[in-house]
Amino acid sequence: MSSDPILSLLFLVNSEEKTVTVRPADTLLYILRVRLGLTGSKPGCLNGDCGACTVLVDGTPMKSCLMLAVEGEGKQITTIEGLVNTPIQKAFIEKFAFQCGYCTSGFLMNCHALVNIEPNASDEKIKDWLESNICRCTGYKEIEEAVKSVLNTAEGKH
Amino acid sequence: MIKGVIKLGYIGKSVIRKDAFEKVTGEAKYTNDYQEMGTLHAKMMISPLAHANIVSMDFSEAWKIPGVKAILGNEPYPLVGEEIKDRSPIAYKRVRYHGEPVAVVVAETPMIAKRGVDAIKVSYEPLPVVNSPRDGLQKDAPLIHENLESYEKQEGVYPNPNTNIANLNKIRKGNIEKGFMESDVVAEFSVSFHPSDHAAMETRGTIAEIRPDGTIIFTASTQAPFAIKKIMKWYFGIEPGKVIVNTPFVGGAYGGKASVQLEIIAYLASKAVGGKPVKLVNTREEDIITSSVHIGLDATVKLGATKDGMLKFAEIQFLFDGGAYSDKAVDISRAGAVDCTGPYQIDNIWCNSFCIYTNHPYAGAYRGYSHSEVLFAFERTMDVLAEKLSMDPLELRYKNAIRPGNTTPTQVLLNSSKVGNLHQCIKRLKVLMNWDEGQIIAMDDRKIRAKGACCVWKTSTFDTDASSGVILTFNSDGSINLMSGVVEIGTGTKTVLAQILAERMKMDINNIHVKMLVDTQTTPEHWKTVGSRGTFMAGRAVLKAADDAIRQLKDRAACILRVPVKDLEVGYGKVYFVDSPQINVDIKDLAYGYKFPNGHTIGGQIIASGTYTLTRLTYLDPETGKGNPGPEWTVAAQGIEVELDTRDYTYKILKAYSVIDIGKVVNEKAALGQVMGAMSMGIAFGGREEFVFDEFGRVLNPQLRTYRPLRYGEHPEYIIDFVETPHLAAPYGARGVGEHGLLGMPAALGNCLSAALGVQLNHLPLIPEQIWRMSGGGKNAAV
Ligand code: FES
Ligand code: FES
Repeated sequence: MSSDPILSLLFLVNSEEKTVTVRPADTLLYILRVRLGLTGSKPGCLNGDCGACTVLVDGTPMKSCLMLAVEGEGKQITTIEGLVNTPIQKAFIEKFAFQCGYCTSGFLMNCHALVNIEPNASDEKIKDWLESNICRCTGYKEIEEAVKSVLNTAEGKH
Repeated sequence: MIKGVIKLGYIGKSVIRKDAFEKVTGEAKYTNDYQEMGTLHAKMMISPLAHANIVSMDFSEAWKIPGVKAILGNEPYPLVGEEIKDRSPIAYKRVRYHGEPVAVVVAETPMIAKRGVDAIKVSYEPLPVVNSPRDGLQKDAPLIHENLESYEKQEGVYPNPNTNIANLNKIRKGNIEKGFMESDVVAEFSVSFHPSDHAAMETRGTIAEIRPDGTIIFTASTQAPFAIKKIMKWYFGIEPGKVIVNTPFVGGAYGGKASVQLEIIAYLASKAVGGKPVKLVNTREEDIITSSVHIGLDATVKLGATKDGMLKFAEIQFLFDGGAYSDKAVDISRAGAVDCTGPYQIDNIWCNSFCIYTNHPYAGAYRGYSHSEVLFAFERTMDVLAEKLSMDPLELRYKNAIRPGNTTPTQVLLNSSKVGNLHQCIKRLKVLMNWDEGQIIAMDDRKIRAKGACCVWKTSTFDTDASSGVILTFNSDGSINLMSGVVEIGTGTKTVLAQILAERMKMDINNIHVKMLVDTQTTPEHWKTVGSRGTFMAGRAVLKAADDAIRQLKDRAACILRVPVKDLEVGYGKVYFVDSPQINVDIKDLAYGYKFPNGHTIGGQIIASGTYTLTRLTYLDPETGKGNPGPEWTVAAQGIEVELDTRDYTYKILKAYSVIDIGKVVNEKAALGQVMGAMSMGIAFGGREEFVFDEFGRVLNPQLRTYRPLRYGEHPEYIIDFVETPHLAAPYGARGVGEHGLLGMPAALGNCLSAALGVQLNHLPLIPEQIWRMSGGGKNAAV
């Protein structure tokens, strides 16, 4: 086996405490998927270009392929498995905002944080946030409709 | 009474997708999400050069790394290739494209495998490269496959030994000289573009293992799980019954996962470690250059017409950039010949469609299967012709639009079932685009708004015996499990199949359970999930299976109710007597055998099945191309409206339009989603995506930051409308539509920007710098 030092760290993932052995070079994405079996976060490029791996770290969206696992120690980490019945998930279903579903976890995490942090986001603001993720299947219109339907600024919202 | 309990009418409704809950909760599993203890990991070493001899390979340092279990490479494996066996799964003595696998390390963890690869030493002797299909045809071009003659190949492939021509397909319809004589105006135009990528968000991956009894089990991210079984037979002589392919959700495919590559490497890797499971997953960079890519093209189109714009002939040459190995490229160039023109009636057609070997990554299927490429060439030339005729480009198209009674380039006589209503599509597009206000509207001294349009069509070119099967099994609650070999690649086809079944069985769609995973051992075969034929073929199989289920239910109910079968109906969870519906029996009481109060039981679980095979398809005549390639042609008219800054050639796509004759809308939101997604891809292909090659044939942009698909906020407003002319052989008349949104986007964008600038643009992608160059920019610049 590899000769790297192995550390044992305590993580707070989806409000549960988890002790995980990690190598210093392991990314947060790797630990989530391989050590904790949370495969909802997806690898798409492993260098920050696609956003499929997006998770929330203390409520802020982060690309988990760009963050070392050791940096996540003691922080609140939320993955797609930690989102249950949120308005944005419902909106994605109703608006058909996914097709193959591979980008969906990343988009949902990003959108969920946007709704929480910038509930009155303008079009510009939404673009700023969401252009960090790629969806190759949809034409983005469906994602736009989904996210706008849960923002306060939603047109025709009731 | 019985009716009214369940709301029916599922056809045409935006039924929520059956995979929705799994996909918004992160529960949907894709190939790389499967991780079993004991699985080993493979990592490829890829060629840094596009063409070179491998002088030596040294694995000794790699073997020293603890945890390395096997190293593959530097040995002659059986040659593979779907049409021509011209490729070593792992290069042997020679590399022919940048990114080609040259060695594979199998190790306990992905990190160790990577370290192993880094420790391998290879020395190369660079060879001159063929950097475009046109170069490949030059007399002194380096030969990429000296042994082309000796390669094993499929029927209907026509390589030319001692050249770089992997295949030539010909179309000869009518008499080209006669067409020329009848023409008053002739327009000739050439276009070109490099290969590019599918860029599915899930990179390709596979897990392979060989069981002690020799059974090979794959878990693979593929559009063609059943084809892998056939391929293992052709490549390695393994009986199809000994191969099992499991395909979970696939994270985007667009044709790129119809090629079979990693499966073979993973199989060889597993064999090297005594059959243990081995996982091989592409990095993004490998996914972009090592695995199959989107084909490039160099094309020349010559069109002749009378003064009043009636097309008289089309003379066409395609040079497809098949890349270093022929794989599917040969078949793509064939499909390009089949629909070598746009959707018009033309009596005289001459086309040579070549597939050329180059030192580029090799081409696989790409959404549209040669059509968006060919249509870019043809539909740009139509605009050039319209300008020569001083005729409105949509008027020219309307005059010549294909209609029932016309024949296609391969001389198929069309009727209103085999082809949609293109005239209607064009009329509708003109209204939606407000075409009559003019193609160009000045906004200020710099900015203009411009519009461009085009027409498209497509049929599929499947194997003539391609078939699809469906199995239905009943549960004791009367609900039904639906099993189909269609892979859920994102299109929502399996939800549409549930809609078709619910409609036919007159039942609640919530009582239909769709199996998403394909397991070739228990799932009935669906040829390949490609070419927008899932709804048609699997839909027909569903209808047949439903009829089988209905027959079984009625037979059983007839005994119990003592009513003749003919007087029974199935629906609303019951089998009932048509005359008096209160005489009925619940399906749930029949589904697992009907039990009388005294214990006597009739029948067991109801299992129904159905298959559908494409009918009356033929091979193409090698000299004329005559033959029937596909069941129907979907037609569409498309357009783009941009706001262009004439000073720096930057532009924003404001609106993108598609009017498609879809036959019948089965699931509206799913259909719109397919069309918008395809349009988005087509806009990116036309407007920004390509491989940037250096003079040595290396790809300079194999990353998603340098190879850029559309991102959120860059999407235009989509304006989509459907015409419904039924394809009579299809369930509810629905036509294939998964690809068609893409087909005309590059041509419409080219037509739009050409009209705006008064320059005939001929090269993709249409990035501002390219447009500037094609507009004559930079020519007089001081050096
Ligand atoms: S995998 Fe992290 S951004 Fe692509
Ligand atoms: S749904 Fe496939 S990439 Fe977004």
